[in-house]
Amino acid sequence: MNLFCVGLSHHTADVEARERFAGRAETDRVLRGAGCAEALVLTTCNRVEVYGASEKRVSTAEIAHCLLRKTDMTDNKPHQYAVPFYRYEDARCVQHLFRVASGLDSMVVGETEILGQAKKAYESARTSAAVGPYLHRLFQRAFRVAKQVRTRTEITRGSVSVGSVAVDLAQKIFGKLSVCKVLVLGAGETSERTARALVSRGACDLRVSNRSTDRAHELARLVGGRAIPFDEWPEQCCEIDILITSTSSEAPLLTPENLAPTLRDRIDRPLFIIDIAVPRDVDPSVNKLEGVYLYDIDSLQSVAEQSLALRRQQIAAAEAIIAEHVADFVDSISRGLNRISRITEHPSASGNSLRSSEL
Amino acid sequence: MDRVILIVSTICFLAAVVHTVIELRGGVFRPMRFNFFAVGLGFIFQTAFLSIRGHALGRCPLTNLFEVFIFLAWSVALIYMLVGPAYRLSLMGAFTAPLVVLIQGFALIAPIDVRHPVKVSANPWLEFHASISIVAYGAFALACIAGVMYLVQERQLKTHQLHSIFYHLPPLTDLFAAITRLLWLGFALYTLGIVSGFFTGRPLPHVQVVAAIGVWLLYAAILQGRHLRRLAPRRVAALCVIGFSAALTLLWGITFSAQTHPLP
Repeated sequence: MNLFCVGLSHHTADVEARERFAGRAETDRVLRGAGCAEALVLTTCNRVEVYGASEKRVSTAEIAHCLLRKTDMTDNKPHQYAVPFYRYEDARCVQHLFRVASGLDSMVVGETEILGQAKKAYESARTSAAVGPYLHRLFQRAFRVAKQVRTRTEITRGSVSVGSVAVDLAQKIFGKLSVCKVLVLGAGETSERTARALVSRGACDLRVSNRSTDRAHELARLVGGRAIPFDEWPEQCCEIDILITSTSSEAPLLTPENLAPTLRDRIDRPLFIIDIAVPRDVDPSVNKLEGVYLYDIDSLQSVAEQSLALRRQQIAAAEAIIAEHVADFVDSISRGLNRISRITEHPSASGNSLRSSEL
Repeated sequence: MDRVILIVSTICFLAAVVHTVIELRGGVFRPMRFNFFAVGLGFIFQTAFLSIRGHALGRCPLTNLFEVFIFLAWSVALIYMLVGPAYRLSLMGAFTAPLVVLIQGFALIAPIDVRHPVKVSANPWLEFHASISIVAYGAFALACIAGVMYLVQERQLKTHQLHSIFYHLPPLTDLFAAITRLLWLGFALYTLGIVSGFFTGRPLPHVQVVAAIGVWLLYAAILQGRHLRRLAPRRVAALCVIGFSAALTLLWGITFSAQTHPLP
């Protein structure tokens, strides 16, 4: 039996090419018709991949043809697919899937969404009976490997986008965000995204203040908060725990001089300020005040880069875990095939194909 | 024989330290299982040592500086085992183990395990006073460790330089709540210890009493400052470190003077 993976990813093809081959719900079955004993299509925004098991070799062009959208099918012929499909077989296919499931092949190294997508693809193929014993074992092992990589290394540690860094930091300071009071100053798009991220992690007391009252009311409605008149925001500073600011003010709105008196009444409560305005709304020296943690767009970006660097440092450790599992998986598959061969008294039928390949 | 048990205990704590260092150097840190297991095992050996020594002496093993240090290390491990999991401060084990290794290592190396020349009769009040005071020191030690954790995290948040350990530290506010509770626990036990000292039926050396009350006042001031919201959390954390250093110096002084000028 030949295990293979044919696909396109953000490494090899642009989004236009990927969307042409995004496949359809019934693709698994179509692929089985093309000669695959087992087939599974993994489609995400960054990749379109077919994992298959077959007795005879199924060509890349045949697979591409099955994946092609119906609308493209009429005016395209298999040989015209000048798209850089990659193809991995046997051990390399196993290794590739383990890397994909562990997030090592993702655009953002260590992201965990791909594991959920792989599980969903597996479930869908299993329901349509497109998955047999080989892909079943392969994917179950891939899920195990991904879990092990996640728990044994720091590959998923830290956030790599500005919004999630801000929310993570808020959680590191306050623990539960449900008890935090948040003031959104300036109702721009980035503040809205950050406020939504905070809400998604439990923040429920949001106040929005903006020069345009209508926009403040609109954003307050969107994030489930309440609008505050713009001239009242300074008084809010003694109550709130998190301040997200992104106004278009030319001069800093918050300075050590106007913030220090407010802080005297809240000495045991930290204040986390996320300043995403350019030019900045908060004087950088505010960070020197006791209990104040000020992050501007550059420092958030810097934290995101530190996290990414930390994740990259973990790639070697993750690869080592994967290599160990690839060797073990290939060995167990070979042993399984040998057993089947002995039982059916056809010694060289299928076992040799895997053993004699590049394994 | 009892020293061998203590060496084994120290090795357990040392294993936790080495494990932490290796993991931090590799950028991977899983503080939960190994550290708790190593500290737990070390604690069992500590308990065995104190039990053997106590039976041999026929009283609570607090007759010289060596035993006092071991009892202190045992108290630190005990409070960690009680408080660490309760407040999900698993990383505290990574900070607790080095402190215990330091205390026990010093006790084992320094020539301080000398038998008291005068056989002091066992006095329940004296034993209660000594043991409860040292358990209070254990709570202060844990508050000091939590303080160090707070300061490490606060520094990283201020400078925007987040290292691997940052992601394993508990949230600042949780850590501060733990510091406050440990301070209250230590303060209550220490107060009991001081009060019971007046019931021992022995004359109390003035210097020791003044120093002990000085430490009590220092912790009272920290708690009062915290209660009245006069002290910022960072200062409370720093004062926990200073307070424990002062308490440790006092403990040394008391034990040393008790050995050089034993009470009749």
